[in-house]
Amino acid sequence: MSPTVESAADSFVLLRLGERRFAVAARIIAELVAPSRIFRFPHRTKGVEGVILRRGRIVPVCDVAERLIGKSLRSRRFYLIAQRRYASQTEWVALPVTGECELIFAEMIPASEADMPHVAGWLSHNGDVIEVLNLAALTPGPVAVTPPIAALAAHEART
Amino acid sequence: MRLPAPAKPQAVRTEQIILFRISGQLLAVSSASVQEVRSVDTLAGAAKEIAQAGIRKVRHIVQRGEHSLYVVNGAMHFGLPPSPAALVFVLRRTRTALLVDGIEKMTTMTRLQALPQSFCNEERGWYRGLTALDQTVVPVVKPEGFLTPDELLHLDSSQLPDATTAAPDEQAAGAPPSVSEGGLLPGAASFAAKGAGFPQPGAFGSVGPELDDLDSASLRQ
Repeated sequence: MSPTVESAADSFVLLRLGERRFAVAARIIAELVAPSRIFRFPHRTKGVEGVILRRGRIVPVCDVAERLIGKSLRSRRFYLIAQRRYASQTEWVALPVTGECELIFAEMIPASEADMPHVAGWLSHNGDVIEVLNLAALTPGPVAVTPPIAALAAHEART
Repeated sequence: MRLPAPAKPQAVRTEQIILFRISGQLLAVSSASVQEVRSVDTLAGAAKEIAQAGIRKVRHIVQRGEHSLYVVNGAMHFGLPPSPAALVFVLRRTRTALLVDGIEKMTTMTRLQALPQSFCNEERGWYRGLTALDQTVVPVVKPEGFLTPDELLHLDSSQLPDATTAAPDEQAAGAPPSVSEGGLLPGAASFAAKGAGFPQPGAFGSVGPELDDLDSASLRQ
């Protein structure tokens, strides 16, 4: 996630997927809405269920549960609509969640190299340790161009 | 004192589209992109089987003067269940004749939203974007997306007299049926009338590629 998330005490939205809770930086959340009709059409992108219409916009629905908890959601209570940053622009994505969401203020511990790419950091809340999600790594999008190996080697040599 | 003239309201840019179904899936195509709508029956006599094309969605070719059109099974292209096709869209400025179930209606779209970036695979080549019509979202197909340049090259080379190689899946599948996988089926002649009343190209105020950009600005935040 972007570096601004790393500030000491920030606001986060806690979301529930099955029995587990995850957090997303509150500044990228647009709204929490009741499930509406999903429009499905042929495509080849895994992880995108279809699209919903919201405020005149067409918003893709990305079910992240399979990746996070190992199974798709059978029931969903809300869609958490968040901004997903791409290389040149930001778009809304809808994440199905199974329960109420909660706004909290907490200090995030940034993720380490050992953490999965979708983990932006960690929160401690009410005795639970909660993953802060990096939507750019969690939801599908164009594959980022990997810098050439030579450029990486040059960077390492400098540092 | 003269009051400034009231600003003229900008005319809404619109594009005429054809809503059609492939294997039950509702899709749209710009009517300006459709050169001809024909019943599969009327095409059946002119279509020639391609036995060894290696591209399963193309089983027939239609010779049109110097040019050949490849008949694309829309259901196979989109990975949808097979369905009997009744109509063929001859797509303008392409070499594609697209098999479709039928036409739902003709209508007008005023807004075409770019395909969200979350869709990041083959579908980016399939669709110009999405449009919302009567609280329904409909993908608008890209006529040139049914056959990629590589596929066209492959099909063209398979048509050369000395082309003898075949893709393994083609050999396993055997000779093509009479365009049966969504193909040219009998009893579809009644659909031909639907094509008769189609407008000539350019009859509509197509806004062309500009419409593609209508919503891209609104998505940038």
